[in-house]
Amino acid sequence: MTSVRRVARYAVLILITAVFVTPLVWMLLTSLKTYDDAQQDPPSWLPNPFSAYGYDQIVNNTANPVLRWFVNSMLAASLHTLLVLATASMAAYALARLRFRGRKLSFALIVGTLFLPPTSLIIPNFVIAERLNWIDTLTVVIVPGAASAFGVFFLRQFFLSIPRELEEAAVLDGANHWEVFTRVLLPLARPALATLAVLSFLTNWNDFLWPVFVLFSPERLTLPAGLGLLQGAYVTDYPVIMAGAVLASVPVLILFVLAQRHVIQGVSRSGLKG
Amino acid sequence: MADVIEAGAARADAPPPAGRTRRRRGPTERGHRATPYLFLAPYLVLFLVFGLAPILFGVWISLHQWDLQLPNRPFVGLGNYGDLFSSDSAIYADWWSSVRATAIFTVLSVPLLVVVPLGLALLLNRAFPGRTFFRAAFFAPYVLGVAVIGLLWRFLLDANLGLVNRLLGMVGLPSDTPWVTDVPWVWVSLVGVTVWWTCGFNAVIYLAGLQDIPAELYEAARVDGANGWDRFRHVTLPGLRPVLLFVLTTTILASANVFGQSFLITQGAPGEQTRTVVWRIVDEGLRDYDAGRAAAMSVLFALMLAVVSIVNFRLFRYRED
Repeated sequence: MTSVRRVARYAVLILITAVFVTPLVWMLLTSLKTYDDAQQDPPSWLPNPFSAYGYDQIVNNTANPVLRWFVNSMLAASLHTLLVLATASMAAYALARLRFRGRKLSFALIVGTLFLPPTSLIIPNFVIAERLNWIDTLTVVIVPGAASAFGVFFLRQFFLSIPRELEEAAVLDGANHWEVFTRVLLPLARPALATLAVLSFLTNWNDFLWPVFVLFSPERLTLPAGLGLLQGAYVTDYPVIMAGAVLASVPVLILFVLAQRHVIQGVSRSGLKG
Repeated sequence: MADVIEAGAARADAPPPAGRTRRRRGPTERGHRATPYLFLAPYLVLFLVFGLAPILFGVWISLHQWDLQLPNRPFVGLGNYGDLFSSDSAIYADWWSSVRATAIFTVLSVPLLVVVPLGLALLLNRAFPGRTFFRAAFFAPYVLGVAVIGLLWRFLLDANLGLVNRLLGMVGLPSDTPWVTDVPWVWVSLVGVTVWWTCGFNAVIYLAGLQDIPAELYEAARVDGANGWDRFRHVTLPGLRPVLLFVLTTTILASANVFGQSFLITQGAPGEQTRTVVWRIVDEGLRDYDAGRAAAMSVLFALMLAVVSIVNFRLFRYRED
């Protein structure tokens, strides 16, 4: 490639990057402004002065307990991820490695629901959750989502790609299924498990529609559901609203930076298998 | 799960079962007959209760006058469906207005979400310094939830305080565009934000697909004197066909299920013109407590999407023949 073309390529890439990143930078900068500073026209890019006003409002807020929402979201996303990893890996092991009556049927049913838009199940799932007395509890944002077929499908494909010889050696040493699963297959599947963990955490942390309609009490909301309330309460007090948005973004952005490879791989593999 | 762990722990302590079952049924067939079901059980319970049962239960609810706050739920047959199709029912106008909004959004957003990410993927589809950084930057908005991007863009697109209008004003363009309150701007906003938010996702899928196209094909085309455009048409596009079908299908489904963007950014405005189907369903079912009618909407909507997906597959298969 000639150097002119190389410079042109980088110019285009940097321009596109600016389009993707500027809004996020603006969110962070606004969260560090005072109310008056955020109302200026034309806008100042950098906060003048840098202020903790937005974060202060959020921390000392009894009507909108944002920190509590943060803790709720952290708990829900972590427990949901653990639940998905435990149940999906065991089911995937059975579907990939064991022979039993009904295996084909159960796999077909599970994969079949992959093509169903989850929104179409919201009404019946609400009625079911209500009968279980789960509405307005953290359980309702942890458990039902773990029924998603993606994890089982994803791990089954990965297990099938692992050569059986490794397990057969363990079997000759007298290992039973549980031992083969926990001591041979799971360690080998660590990259796939990490990918599934990151994707499950992201999905649950970001979930909006379901929590908005199944959680009501201010102290029980997750962060995304609570952010809507924050907007209602602060209207154009953008430093406060952006501080809330930053709080909801930081964990997933950190996770993305640390586990970028897993996120990208998980997404690209979901595409190729479809 | 406790059962399985206990069984596993018990067996780990016990002497190996003397290989008797192993000899009879082969190395992968050993163990108790119930073992596979124990492995499957925890997920299967979740799947049956929250994945499979709701499908049937949703149809069942849709056949009843099902008020969430009333104890009696009389059977009404296809009455709820009839309401959606009869112009003198109270819900008719709202329902079809939400279908219209969803259709507009889908028709406008899908072409952009199929083409723009392909462009990005082609830009990134060769090794150069900084490639991983740019890929991460393009993907970054996608890891944020719709609540965050909704609040952020409600602010950026605010007619008076928003950055977008201010930047436009600074370069001498109109600085009072009602991005979130009036047509056609609301559609530009909703589609634009969605492209910004999710196009990194499709780009990553395209990238994986591009890397699966053998380099020899490009070499051969080059030897035959094909220019860049020829190579794109005759090597890249055919090689990407399955990936294109996947991207197209999932993008249509995702766009048709749009909710958070219009809920937070345009808040339905102007009037209720940007209220989407999913929003209408949850409003009817969970705010107005008419679960029967909302379930009928869900079933009808799922059928509409199924038809679109089937047509989509047919078209692509046809073109392949």
